[in-house]
Amino acid sequence: MKLYCLSGHPTLPCNVLKFKSTTIMLDCGLDMTSTLNFLPLPLVQSPRLSNLPGWSLKDGNAFLDKELKECSGHVFVDSVPEFCLPETELIDLSTVDVILISNYHCMMALPYITEHTGFTGTVYATEPTVQIGRLLMEELVNFIERVPKAQSASLWKNKDIQRLLPSPLKDAVEVSTWRRCYTMQEVNSALSKIQLVGYSQKIELFGAVQVTPLSSGYALGSSNWIIQSHYEKVSYVSGSSLLTTHPQPMDQASLKNSDVLILTGLTQIPTANPDGMVGEFCSNLALTVRNGGNVLVPCYPSGVIYDLLECLYQYIDSAGLSNIPFYFISPVANSSLEFSQIFAEWLCHNKQTKVYLPEPPFPHAELIQTNKLKHYPSLHGDFSSDFRQPCVVFTGHPSLRFGDVVHFMELWGKSSLNTVIFTEPDFSYLEALAPYQPLAMKCIYCPIDTRLNFIQVSKLLKEVQPLHVVCPEQYTQPPPAQSHRMDLMIDCQPPAMSYRRAEVLALPFKRRYEKIEIMPELADALVPMEIKPGISLATVSAVLHTKDNKHVLQPPPRPTQPTGGKKRKRASDDIPDCKVLKPLLSGSIPVEQFVQTLEKHGFSDIKVEDTAKGHIVLLQEAETLIQIEEDSTHIICDNDEVLRVRLRDLVLKFLQKF
Amino acid sequence: MPEIRVTPLGAGQDVGRSCILVSIAGKNVMLDCGMHMGFNDDRRFPDFSYITRNGRLTDFLDCVIISHFHLDHCGALPYFSEMVGYDGPIYMTHPTQAICPILLEDYRKIAVDKKGEANFFTSQMIKDCMKKVVAVHLHQTVQVDDELEIKAYYAGHVLGAAMFQIKVGSESVVYTGDYNMTPDRHLGAAWIDKCRPNLLITESTYATTIRDSKRCRERDFLKKVHEAVERGGKVLIPVFALGRAQELCILLETFWERMNLKAPIYFSTGLTEKANHYYKLFITWTNQKIRKTFVQRNMFEFKHIKAFDRAFADNPGPMVVFATPGMLHAGQSLQIFRKWAGNEKNMVIMPGYCVQGTVGHKILSGQRKLEMEGRQVLEVKMQVEYMSFSAHADAKGIMQLVGQAEPESVLLVHGEAKKMEFLKQKIEQEFRVNCYMPANGETVTLPTSPSIPVGISLGLLKREMAQGLLPDVKKPRLLHGTLIMKDSNFRLVSSEQALKELGLAEHQLRFTCRVHLHDPRKEQEMAVRVYSHLKSVLKDHCVQHLPDGSVTVESILIQAAAHSEDPGTKVLLVSWTYQDEELGSYLTSLLKKGLPQASS
Repeated sequence: MKLYCLSGHPTLPCNVLKFKSTTIMLDCGLDMTSTLNFLPLPLVQSPRLSNLPGWSLKDGNAFLDKELKECSGHVFVDSVPEFCLPETELIDLSTVDVILISNYHCMMALPYITEHTGFTGTVYATEPTVQIGRLLMEELVNFIERVPKAQSASLWKNKDIQRLLPSPLKDAVEVSTWRRCYTMQEVNSALSKIQLVGYSQKIELFGAVQVTPLSSGYALGSSNWIIQSHYEKVSYVSGSSLLTTHPQPMDQASLKNSDVLILTGLTQIPTANPDGMVGEFCSNLALTVRNGGNVLVPCYPSGVIYDLLECLYQYIDSAGLSNIPFYFISPVANSSLEFSQIFAEWLCHNKQTKVYLPEPPFPHAELIQTNKLKHYPSLHGDFSSDFRQPCVVFTGHPSLRFGDVVHFMELWGKSSLNTVIFTEPDFSYLEALAPYQPLAMKCIYCPIDTRLNFIQVSKLLKEVQPLHVVCPEQYTQPPPAQSHRMDLMIDCQPPAMSYRRAEVLALPFKRRYEKIEIMPELADALVPMEIKPGISLATVSAVLHTKDNKHVLQPPPRPTQPTGGKKRKRASDDIPDCKVLKPLLSGSIPVEQFVQTLEKHGFSDIKVEDTAKGHIVLLQEAETLIQIEEDSTHIICDNDEVLRVRLRDLVLKFLQKF
Repeated sequence: MPEIRVTPLGAGQDVGRSCILVSIAGKNVMLDCGMHMGFNDDRRFPDFSYITRNGRLTDFLDCVIISHFHLDHCGALPYFSEMVGYDGPIYMTHPTQAICPILLEDYRKIAVDKKGEANFFTSQMIKDCMKKVVAVHLHQTVQVDDELEIKAYYAGHVLGAAMFQIKVGSESVVYTGDYNMTPDRHLGAAWIDKCRPNLLITESTYATTIRDSKRCRERDFLKKVHEAVERGGKVLIPVFALGRAQELCILLETFWERMNLKAPIYFSTGLTEKANHYYKLFITWTNQKIRKTFVQRNMFEFKHIKAFDRAFADNPGPMVVFATPGMLHAGQSLQIFRKWAGNEKNMVIMPGYCVQGTVGHKILSGQRKLEMEGRQVLEVKMQVEYMSFSAHADAKGIMQLVGQAEPESVLLVHGEAKKMEFLKQKIEQEFRVNCYMPANGETVTLPTSPSIPVGISLGLLKREMAQGLLPDVKKPRLLHGTLIMKDSNFRLVSSEQALKELGLAEHQLRFTCRVHLHDPRKEQEMAVRVYSHLKSVLKDHCVQHLPDGSVTVESILIQAAAHSEDPGTKVLLVSWTYQDEELGSYLTSLLKKGLPQASS
């Protein structure tokens, strides 16, 4: 069993597991941090961005000044932003049988894999994962396509040139494989390959392996996966949460007794407490608005935003913010808000109970009804006429490189009254802000990452007791910025096996058994005998039938009666088939009883001699010698088949067959 | 002999009071727990005393499964769990769990408050009963205990209706509940995979009917409503709050939209408005089209259909009113009916089945003079129409489902005996499987022969598979191994491994036969001749001449020696183990015949 690691990003994994003749891809994460190296895509021409100076080498050579621009000491690529794909060369991706998706954030590379590698398999995901994943992809494509950029820079990617560039461009990995965003057509085609599954649904793969999604508690429809055969079990844990937010709680019990547990998608901000961050978010928001400033919240269109809106729903009246407009701007804002209300079965118990009343599970329905929350597909159109300040705007993309957020950064960046609050943990906020520097607006960093932290992980591992843990290398050492925090790493016994991008791991377990079915007719014919108390044995001779990776044992066919009178055709017909197996023997032969038996069967003239290891029984008349030792019997006789067979049967009476 | 036993306590050759007991591999499951609409006495509920004479139900039943929220499938549940006493798990889907208590409460109100029945279950009992419910997702495998598992499939009969597979080891039963094989305007079609159950228990309401196309019925319905409205008449459609009501609303809503009609459509208040909310929130249970477009336009947010106020009934001009209950036996629908019955311009459309004794049943059977309370006689001049919009599978649909699931046998419930008989024959003919139709209280017993799963050591399996996957028909190859049975753990391993695991030593049984041959030549020469002879005869075997002068055939050893007394005779010592007996014995008889003269 092998694990091919195609992504180096611990929260956006992409691994391929080879298990019992199946090839299973676990998640399909797209590393979008690569976009931080690019200039933002403004919705309307931004004089500031277009007037940034070109970058030149130390020696004054300016041949890259069309591609690279400098802003406050940082260098950016002036081009359509590109993404860092999972490794596509490590394994032939056309051999992947199935892709299992754990949550909507971990499927963003799907179109690259399903549309361009010869993939012909099936993708499995839950309904909310697919619906919300579609919204995220739609938003991404929309953000990038609505501001067509003529320039596509490639000169800087040349290895010899990249060496000369300043950090972080110099250190960017695999730049030659970076790709532009896919199209909506590719998204639709990729999503059409998905088959919907429910939690605890058992899905058979080729009769060899069974996969089952389990609730992971992190997002709507988010799942961990069990990949198992009858005797082996691999758990894939990706993006799980033990906090009570809106999704159904995590199913931990089903992860027990795993041979291998692959652990990815832990919190990216292990030192921040999500509850505290939400509190800080609310108070900073209130403070800014009370002072007449605007608040910008760069966010994804689904996920934490539901929780933030719920907090604000409880908070705004008490904080005196009832008259402040909240805007949610995204091409998929409406869909996201609507979809969140129809997944009752995937929600936590409290929210389910509301649906039973029947009431919408999320209070943002009421915020919309009372006009406190308004949503728009973009800032063009209705928004411009409704727009009132001060206000709070939720919009994407959290990388600040594309989407409506770019416009608001340009619009509000110059005033210190305004605040941008970062809640999404996927991008370093300092890097995200770099192309907007110098900036007067306040920046607050309240990352809300509800995924497992290291304390929760160690508790989980103690509880579910996997034999082996496999995780990205980042989790086996403290974060680089906090190298003294030995508590910020996975601690388990035996130590976790770690992987990095483009590595192949041989997973440490050996398969020893396989399930086989014994047909009732055969089972009836078996004769069990008790060897030791509680342990019985039965010898089985049967015909093996294998179909669709399922093995069945059927009773051996009745021996066909030899049709007498038929003439022998060839001598070789008589040669016995050595494939017919005789049972093994066990036990020992008590000499006295054996001699008695011989006598009873008409042998006389029997002489017994003692030897060092046993006895020799002599049948003088028949010139036959039987050596009997503890673990062996040797019959030496003339070529008299009848005699030999008689003696054999007498010996076998004392032995057990296996 | 293992067996599956099925006993209907209700719905055996009958419609109503669905309740079926199933015993499978030692597990007891009760399918549905319904009430009978045709009775008001003891016969209204299934006879639960049948289940166990003196034990507790909880000890006897492993679980209860409810297929959908209709009262003939769940109406007896609070009586069963709270009054008879059952504390085990009750499984149903999320929408059923949401809607079921509302209908039960409604049922209770009518029985207790209106009819003044005593000894009926209370509101609190409904609540306590619902606490025992465990909600299931579609296709989720629910482990009831270590051995018993259940799985829900989409049934398309009403919102949240499900078929259930009950499985223990390799034995399984599928219970369909009520289902519909053709998608309608708001629900999808029932679907099941080729799960090959031992038994399929299917409803058979429309066992003999092959319904005309749904489109025709819909067109007919719309035409009649349209005509009545055009001539200025009022149309009353008595419905039950959930199910067909939504289907007809969608139908009229889209028709009004398309035809740009102005006549108002009303929905009687209360439950129905709430009901539409359920449909909105459980939209993932509706059909694909509604799910796909719900963001742009939620089909359950009706533009043309407004809440009804009782004062509207006297408004002049045409209108369409959906009112509860569906059989015109009480409530708002009956009130409106009395108001409008006298005018021949008006129309009442009955979209479903009516139980005997109800006003609905009377007017459908042609009665036009109705005796109301207070000896008042109501003359019905309005047009009366019947139109079946029930979401049950017809004969074609039932056959289709049997084909999908490929059961080993079929059992019919929820239908009339005569019609069942017809369907039973058809199923037996077409699928060549046994089909049963027990009456209530009658038990069907099916012997099963489950195969036994064991673990085979991979070494043994691979050794066997390496010899080729296709068994030869003429010379079947036998797999030989030892089955070790320890507690309930069964493992099949090679004999060597079995001996090793049990700490037993192998006992080697060896034979050595002396074959005397007349031959004056030297022993070494003899060995060479034996070698070349065997080599030419045994082409498929490995024959070797070893440096020490001996000859081997596979693991059989042959040595040549001089005879101690007669120098003209040589002795061939042929030695083999018990496991090679066949070949060893063959070789001795072959050598006994002597060696061919050297050709050289």
